[in-house]
Amino acid sequence: MNSQSVQQRQEKLEGIGCKRKRVEDIRFVQGKGNYVDDFVFPGMVFGDFVRSPYAHARIKKIDKSAALALPGVKAVLTAEDLIPLNLHYMPTLAGDVQAVLAHEKVLFQNQEVAFVIAEDRYIAADAVELVQVEYEELPVLVDPFKAMEPGAPVLREDLKDKTSGAHGPRKHPNHIFTWEAGDKQATDAAFDKAEVTIKELISYQRVHPSPLETCASLASMDKINGELTLYGTFQAPHVVRTVASLIAGIPEHKIRVISPDIGGGFGNKVGVYPGYVMSVVGSIVLGVPVKWTEGRIANLSTTAFARDYHMTGELAATKDGKITGLRAHVIANHGAFDACADPTKFPAGLFSICTGSYDIPVAHVEVDGVYTNKAPGGVAYRCSFRVTEAAYMIERLIDILAQKLNMDPAELRWKNLIQPGQFPYKSALGWEYDSGNYPAAMKKALEAIGYQNLRAEQAQRIADFKAGKTRDLMGIGVSFFTEIVGAGPSKNCDILGIGMFDSCEIRVHPTGAAIARLGTKSQGQGHETTYAQILATETGIPADRITIEEGDTDTAPYGLGTYGSRSTPVGGAACSRAGRKIRQKAQMIAAHLLEVHHDDLEWDVDGFYVKGAPEKRKSMKELAWAAYNNVPPGMEMGLEAVDYYDPPNFTYPFGAYICVTDIDADTGEAKVRRFYALDDCGTRINPMIIEGQIHGGLTEAFGIAMGQIVDYDEAGNVQNASFMDYFLPTAVETPHWETDYTETPSPHHPIGAKGVGESPNVGGVPAFSNALNDAFVKFGGIHTQMPHTAPRIWGYAKELGLAA
Amino acid sequence: MIPARFDYHRPQSKRQALEMLGQVLGDGRILAGGHSLIPMMKLRIAAPAHLIDISRIGELKGIAIRGSDIEIGAMTTQHELIASDSLAEACPIIREAAKLIADPQVRYCGTLGGNIGNGDPGNDMPGLMQCLNATYVLESMKGVRVVPARSFYAGAYSTALKDGELLTKVRFTAPPKGHGYAYKKLKRKVGDYATAAAAVILQMADGKVSQASIALTNVADTPLYAKDASDRIAGTSLQSADIDAAVAAAEAIARPAADSRGSVEYRTKMAGVMVRRALMEAAGRSSATAGQSVSPDKKEHKAGGLFGWLKG
Amino acid sequence: MAKRLISLTVNGSKVEREVEDRRLLIHFLREDLRLTGAHVGCETSHCGACTVDMDGKSVKSCTVFAVQADGSNIRTIEGMAQADGSLHPLQEGFRMQHGLQCGFCTPGMIMRSYRFLQENPNPTEEEIRMGISGNLCRCTGYQNIVKAIRYAADKINQIPMKEAAE
Repeated sequence: MNSQSVQQRQEKLEGIGCKRKRVEDIRFVQGKGNYVDDFVFPGMVFGDFVRSPYAHARIKKIDKSAALALPGVKAVLTAEDLIPLNLHYMPTLAGDVQAVLAHEKVLFQNQEVAFVIAEDRYIAADAVELVQVEYEELPVLVDPFKAMEPGAPVLREDLKDKTSGAHGPRKHPNHIFTWEAGDKQATDAAFDKAEVTIKELISYQRVHPSPLETCASLASMDKINGELTLYGTFQAPHVVRTVASLIAGIPEHKIRVISPDIGGGFGNKVGVYPGYVMSVVGSIVLGVPVKWTEGRIANLSTTAFARDYHMTGELAATKDGKITGLRAHVIANHGAFDACADPTKFPAGLFSICTGSYDIPVAHVEVDGVYTNKAPGGVAYRCSFRVTEAAYMIERLIDILAQKLNMDPAELRWKNLIQPGQFPYKSALGWEYDSGNYPAAMKKALEAIGYQNLRAEQAQRIADFKAGKTRDLMGIGVSFFTEIVGAGPSKNCDILGIGMFDSCEIRVHPTGAAIARLGTKSQGQGHETTYAQILATETGIPADRITIEEGDTDTAPYGLGTYGSRSTPVGGAACSRAGRKIRQKAQMIAAHLLEVHHDDLEWDVDGFYVKGAPEKRKSMKELAWAAYNNVPPGMEMGLEAVDYYDPPNFTYPFGAYICVTDIDADTGEAKVRRFYALDDCGTRINPMIIEGQIHGGLTEAFGIAMGQIVDYDEAGNVQNASFMDYFLPTAVETPHWETDYTETPSPHHPIGAKGVGESPNVGGVPAFSNALNDAFVKFGGIHTQMPHTAPRIWGYAKELGLAA
Repeated sequence: MIPARFDYHRPQSKRQALEMLGQVLGDGRILAGGHSLIPMMKLRIAAPAHLIDISRIGELKGIAIRGSDIEIGAMTTQHELIASDSLAEACPIIREAAKLIADPQVRYCGTLGGNIGNGDPGNDMPGLMQCLNATYVLESMKGVRVVPARSFYAGAYSTALKDGELLTKVRFTAPPKGHGYAYKKLKRKVGDYATAAAAVILQMADGKVSQASIALTNVADTPLYAKDASDRIAGTSLQSADIDAAVAAAEAIARPAADSRGSVEYRTKMAGVMVRRALMEAAGRSSATAGQSVSPDKKEHKAGGLFGWLKG
Repeated sequence: MAKRLISLTVNGSKVEREVEDRRLLIHFLREDLRLTGAHVGCETSHCGACTVDMDGKSVKSCTVFAVQADGSNIRTIEGMAQADGSLHPLQEGFRMQHGLQCGFCTPGMIMRSYRFLQENPNPTEEEIRMGISGNLCRCTGYQNIVKAIRYAADKINQIPMKEAAE
């Protein structure tokens, strides 16, 4: 057994650490993906919505007659038709209810008012135009800061007598919840005696995840068998099955939910939307399959938005730059319905990660959620719940504090980073960070970017600008983020009461191939490729002999789906543990075949050998065969394992990002010159896929920081809700990304992996925004809000006297 | 996403197209490249009862260069304008501007006639045609008439084109060899309409501007031929004060809409910035001044801005 | 409603169907011909997920009526594999360079890249980025797509390619 042979055998396995080429690609590059809209069933019909042009209005009358008279129209459904089924409202994942079809009033522009079903999508589109709705407009509320004023328009008349909601008392008809964490008294005391304090309103604008595939569902109710089959763009198919059972009254074993290939999720496809419900209702009513696909404008203006958090953050510090406290109050704008997809005990998600990477002794945060006449939500757009908001706030506050102290922002961070010896680190807001070597990562990043030289270059640029030699400003943005992912331990994480474990079930076939099914659901993250890598390392079966399946609730074990970077920390752990169970049984079989005690066996890449007698060996392939005909007495045949993994903790990936941006003061245009991203996600399963995730997440962060916003005018008309205006960068605007890494395994995870898909969005936005703001620091600028569009930057420059 | 119903017609010749157009009048629309009209139809902002597809009528295509007289068929696509080396040699500003329109797919289909004919204030070619003092040939069953680009546009989607008329050709005289030119377009991203854009053609002689032509795009409900700015810069040697005055004259006529591209103030100022940069670039390209420092006390250290590399 | 007979060539095969005048080419391909590789990602002709190759041009099939394609020659992602069934260098390049994740933009991206490499067989990175500026991707950040196209260009330039239909 020489080492070259070991290496060769490891390479053949394509296990953990290998840049395995993706299995999924073979069908995708040939146009043979199976997305929801690709499916066609016999007799299938199409549904689409009549939507409200008004943001807030009473529905006086709906006249379906012209639509129903159009040949090919099968049904026109309104709230009236859903009331007998008690389906006009559905529960949200945040303890609120959401209208499936508007009942008596509409609460946001483009809200669903009627569902038209027709033979094909062309007739459905014509029929939508023919439904006549009479509205009586009501005063509109779009400013979350005005939501709780006395005399503010009351939005949720359906809740008007409820003085408390799912998360406690409500202090105003437009108030949803107050949530807090930390020690208020100790924090206030720290601020009272602080040598230096800063306070700033840091807004994170409303944006939308905008995956390239919009939401869709295809429901088929088989009346004979009483079985519902529901295809859909679901990041969490099992949760959808349970919810569908609860609201439709169909027993869960009679519902099959299938998430086929999904064209990107980013959080947009976690929740349950009226379109899904109506396709199910339509199929039950008509007895044929009903497909609903959503247009882009509907997607951007009605499915779950992200962010819309307005955070007044404060830091207390010594004059030498040691932070002594953090305080924050947040106004959270949830739109017309709180459809936030959070674990139920966390109406503000995991916002309390906002002490970030810094050793802050005391902190207190308070979040007030409010209703406005905007689309309901929000979701975690490529992040763990509210973690981007938290990271953005702390990273901006650090820069603002650095400015006040006249200190370099990297130096201030260095002074306050949690040290390696402090792990596992208990934060002031109650989280136990698992592992990290922050100073090593910081140092590596600063050296790689040539930080000192950049600051020197910037100083020269400032001098040149003031002397009139140049009109370009330069900004350097540092971001050192810690995020909290892998929801999560069932003791504090549940979705509608179901603990946030995840699962893996493996069956090894006689000829040494295997199939594994999991409760997560990839939307592009490459699970078919990477879970097989984990199993290859754990079981010695080559990855290309392992089929990975997700998304069919009839066959996959129950899972909570994929979002918040939870697949690797939770699904990957279940996968690895199930693989170990396979290996354990195989070990017993090997002992039986080799006639030794199982303790006398050594595991060696893809088989067991007898200690001291390496020629006496059984490969996993041989053991698989033996499992079907020659097992020890008393043992069952077959080679299967199941693992349901309830994580003991979240995982805490972290990173150091540095962004260099040049700004044309005369137009406000900003160009990212360099972007360096160092990520630590613990054990790295497939470096190629990790790099791809970083590129994609940074590109989304770039879009958010530099241009994305779903805005509303005073009358509640949604702006930027099409690709004409919603900023999605093309290959031309998108910067070149430099990626790097350190590797600090998670001590509590079976393979030490933490998850990485969303880190770049969490760390990226602060890096871009800090760079932008940094360019103006020496000219007296303190904070300018995102998105950093050219007009806004120009306006800011003008305010500071830098542009005319 | 789904347009309303219409009847599709595919005439085989220009004459047949004009006959059909004469029959449908206001109920019909010409389908050229379709990349302005079809998106509007999909949103049901436009719902013509008839579409007359002229994309395969050969006599409506082609670039003819006779000396300095240029005649371009309305159905010439942006892609074809860019690909024509002879056109690029005679009048390079056209290639430069066409490359900044939309994206590669749209440029394969989008036509010059469509871009100049529908009156969309966001389109790039109208301002360019005004800068070149082009004329448009309008044909119908009743005959032919010629309208200068500078008098063609009345308001948003409102032009001198009458019902039953088809814009068939564009004509202009190419500026003399060695002229300076630049099309400067500020936009939010590739493919966007202009936040503000300026087209400049300059002729230089003995260090002075002998002729200047400046036009602005998307800072009003029509393209704007900036006569005052052009007059102000003509005869000067492009000193700072001259450029400042031309910029001020351009800003004075700008009346942009406030939208996601920016406020009225911002877009007006950006029209001025684009004019300034286009003047500098055009002067630099003019063979009469190539290599020379044009304005001794110019403030900018580079004319192209951060995105100078985007120019063609 | 009145339908019109159209006749065109798709991936080398002659196709004849009756369609409504307003039927968009993307729906014709996806639903009438069951070629579901081209995708719908928006309704304002921005995203490029519907891109096909039509009469030697990259065209957004969501912005063309099927009746306009009467008499045309169209190639879709389903027609990209070689005559012997092996992958086109672009398809191979996208896999080797990790130029896709969810796969939704991929058919349109590959079809555009195919025509782009005909226009510019040896492009710089800057030219590639401009060349695909009509195709949006939300997953990859484009960097590996650029590498994939470069991979394909290198492969095509070394080995003479026999196109199945031009």
